[in-house]
Amino acid sequence: MFNARSPLIKSLVALPLFFALSHGAQAETVARYGISMTDIPLTTGQPDRGAGGYQFSGHTIYDPLVEWEMNIDSRPGKLIPGLALSWKEDPKDNKKWIFTLRHGVTFHDGSEFNANSVIWNLEKVLNDKSPQFDAKQSAQVRPRIPSIASFRKIDDYTIEITTKEVDSLFPYQLPYFLISSPTQWEKLGKDWNKFASEPSGTGPFRLEKYVPRERAELVKNASYWDKNRIPKTDRVILMPIPDALTRANALMNGQVDMIEAPAPDVLPQLKAGGFKIITNITPHVWPYHFSTQPGSPWADIRVRKAANLAVDREGIVKLLNGLAKPAEGQLDASSPWFGKPSFKPTYDLAAAKALMAQAGYSKAKPFTTKIIVSTTGSGQMLSLPMNEYVQQSLAEIGINIQFEVVEQENLYLHWRSGSKADMNAGKGITAVNVAYVTADPYVGIVRFIDSRAIAPNGVNWGGYNNPKVDGMIDKIRMTFDQKTQDALLANLHEIMVDDALCLWVVHDVNPHALSPKVKGYTQAQHWFQDLTTIKM
Amino acid sequence: MFFYVIRRLIYAVPIALGVTLISFLLVYLAPGDPLNAIAPSDAPAETIAALKVAYGLDKPLPMQYGLWLLRAVQGDLGVSIASGRPVAAEVLAAVSNTLVLAGIAGAIGVFFGCLLGALAGYWHGSGIDRIATFLSVIGVSVPHYWLGMVLTIIFSTWLAWFPAMGAGPGGSAEWLWDYAHMRHLVLPALTLCVIPLGIITRTVRALVADMLDQEFVIALRARGLSNITIFKHVAKNTAPTVLAVSGLQLGYLMGGSILVETVFAWPGTGFLLNTAIFQRDIPVLQGTILILCMFFVALNLIVDIIQPLIDPRMVRA
Repeated sequence: MFNARSPLIKSLVALPLFFALSHGAQAETVARYGISMTDIPLTTGQPDRGAGGYQFSGHTIYDPLVEWEMNIDSRPGKLIPGLALSWKEDPKDNKKWIFTLRHGVTFHDGSEFNANSVIWNLEKVLNDKSPQFDAKQSAQVRPRIPSIASFRKIDDYTIEITTKEVDSLFPYQLPYFLISSPTQWEKLGKDWNKFASEPSGTGPFRLEKYVPRERAELVKNASYWDKNRIPKTDRVILMPIPDALTRANALMNGQVDMIEAPAPDVLPQLKAGGFKIITNITPHVWPYHFSTQPGSPWADIRVRKAANLAVDREGIVKLLNGLAKPAEGQLDASSPWFGKPSFKPTYDLAAAKALMAQAGYSKAKPFTTKIIVSTTGSGQMLSLPMNEYVQQSLAEIGINIQFEVVEQENLYLHWRSGSKADMNAGKGITAVNVAYVTADPYVGIVRFIDSRAIAPNGVNWGGYNNPKVDGMIDKIRMTFDQKTQDALLANLHEIMVDDALCLWVVHDVNPHALSPKVKGYTQAQHWFQDLTTIKM
Repeated sequence: MFFYVIRRLIYAVPIALGVTLISFLLVYLAPGDPLNAIAPSDAPAETIAALKVAYGLDKPLPMQYGLWLLRAVQGDLGVSIASGRPVAAEVLAAVSNTLVLAGIAGAIGVFFGCLLGALAGYWHGSGIDRIATFLSVIGVSVPHYWLGMVLTIIFSTWLAWFPAMGAGPGGSAEWLWDYAHMRHLVLPALTLCVIPLGIITRTVRALVADMLDQEFVIALRARGLSNITIFKHVAKNTAPTVLAVSGLQLGYLMGGSILVETVFAWPGTGFLLNTAIFQRDIPVLQGTILILCMFFVALNLIVDIIQPLIDPRMVRA
């Protein structure tokens, strides 16, 4: 006879309920990520803290018109459609670019993305008279989109952007320009500070919780328009832990599931503990930028080449416990713009000494010069030990280096001011050690060798002025065929290396350490990373 | 006493002004630029110039300070150059976090400092004295940063007894006085307490040893009073000095230890100041220093008020 109170029936009823509830309770997957920054980058749309900031509060919450392909680790990424389905230059006027926008995309607040949203966001960072203008966001992105002269809406899903000059490299600037929700800004009383806590973009994650300097909790946007980039983890918690050893300790005792930039010293311990160390080719270089101004010892190409031949880069890689790759030029050799430079900056002490002898120097008859370096800082790797290594290497061929040691913030001031500025030339500083991203043709090559970018107009720090190079840059900007453009960029890089414009030491490999609980993470060959690939 | 308190509060005004003025000038004397916090490293001159105007940094220094002061006296500490967040909210959140850490570290330091100091002073020259003196020397000599790292490696990484960093499983915004959160306090509080522990141990030891040689103690012994009663007399006489030293130590702890809070990623005033110094974030620096200065003044005032309650000979007028 059926008895609803019998233990068997109770169990049959309770079991599915139990499994349903327990499944529900365990359903959310969470990845806790210890990041090296002191604070969460700005969450209003345009992150601060350099290219590295984009992976945390940029390409997570927001989307650009043109994206960088980030979910591939076996080759360099390329430009792919983002909120713009396609883009093309106007054949009648190459300064004009037509962008066709994606239909059916909504912001996290439910409002619709369309041409008005793009125009509103361009005004937000480029027009200081617009009500939504935000000086902080503008400061972050304006230097990244220097080509834009004007813009207009053609229809609800088409916009036109006009560049100042013909510039085929313009699309490379657009992954930095992210789209915030105008509706959310209106709803929050037109207050960007409030927007920072309740941001709304179109990205694969929504910001659910934000505690400055402590955590940002990003939750999956299940209705994200790009089904390939729907996050594989329900929640990613970003936790700023600036001290490298503390980050490693937090990983080892299970407070976080993954960290960036583990200290080289703790690698053996992490590996022994079963943690995965992930590295990849990264568009980054750790160089000395030489002043080529009259009076600088580096004005002599033989001295520049000798310096490049005097440093044992493998030794520095060893110093960093393998967390670096020897540099053969400004770019990694796998870059499509590397080319075939005739000068190979490898370790050849005899050749270095011979070049120095031709220039009139030797270990017995050295010259002394000053290099400005930073104590530490983003991208600078193990700044002081690495610089001391280079110092000892160069002393072997008769180059005695004295260091002007400053904080990174101050180093940037010296960098922007250029080698001729009194704060540099006046102190006898003839080279600067600034490490940076080299992800696209402009930030990787052009800005350092274009004479029109000589400081203070840009960061051609050393004052390199080569009309042939300027002409090549103009030609590249007018070349819209990708293959031809890549070939011309490779030629430009060849000239840069053959002229030994810098002392190239190593490339960073963007190390991450992952707990065995992290089952998937694709590390792109870029500083932009796709956190949607994290799988627990 | 009332007029004394009023007078002390009035004295606090020029102290606060002086502290904020000096900190303001120091930021400008240090090399670097506040705009580095918000401008990309390769920002062109026109962007920097536009930012200077937007943040009022193009104005003469006296005007910048005057404008800040004008807002500050109205309770508006401005917004952070780096983050855009209101400084008052930033500082208050950090102060409350540091208050938790400093309070616990201070309590441990004062309690064990008094205990060790009293034992060492009472048995002056004995083995206990030597152990207490050794511990106090270690306390004031060992670098905080190093000790924090060592404690973390032993108790967090090797033994997994305590977390390595942070202010609780959900961060400081969800702080609760329960086991899950207080576990996060153990290592930073132990690291931070060693300096007050060392200083208070040495102070109490010297005071007790000196007090036991005083004639009134000999007289008390001669009258046949028990050791406990004599100790109460000694404690009462040493208390005002110990209170003054403890107040100062708590004041220092409230300033937040930049190194300890950075090692443990504890979101207090030290962590905030560290970030603000590197970013040359003048409004945050000014606001934090002003609030901490007021804390220091208030703590000293409280100590001065309590001292006469313990020892009426110290009455203030």
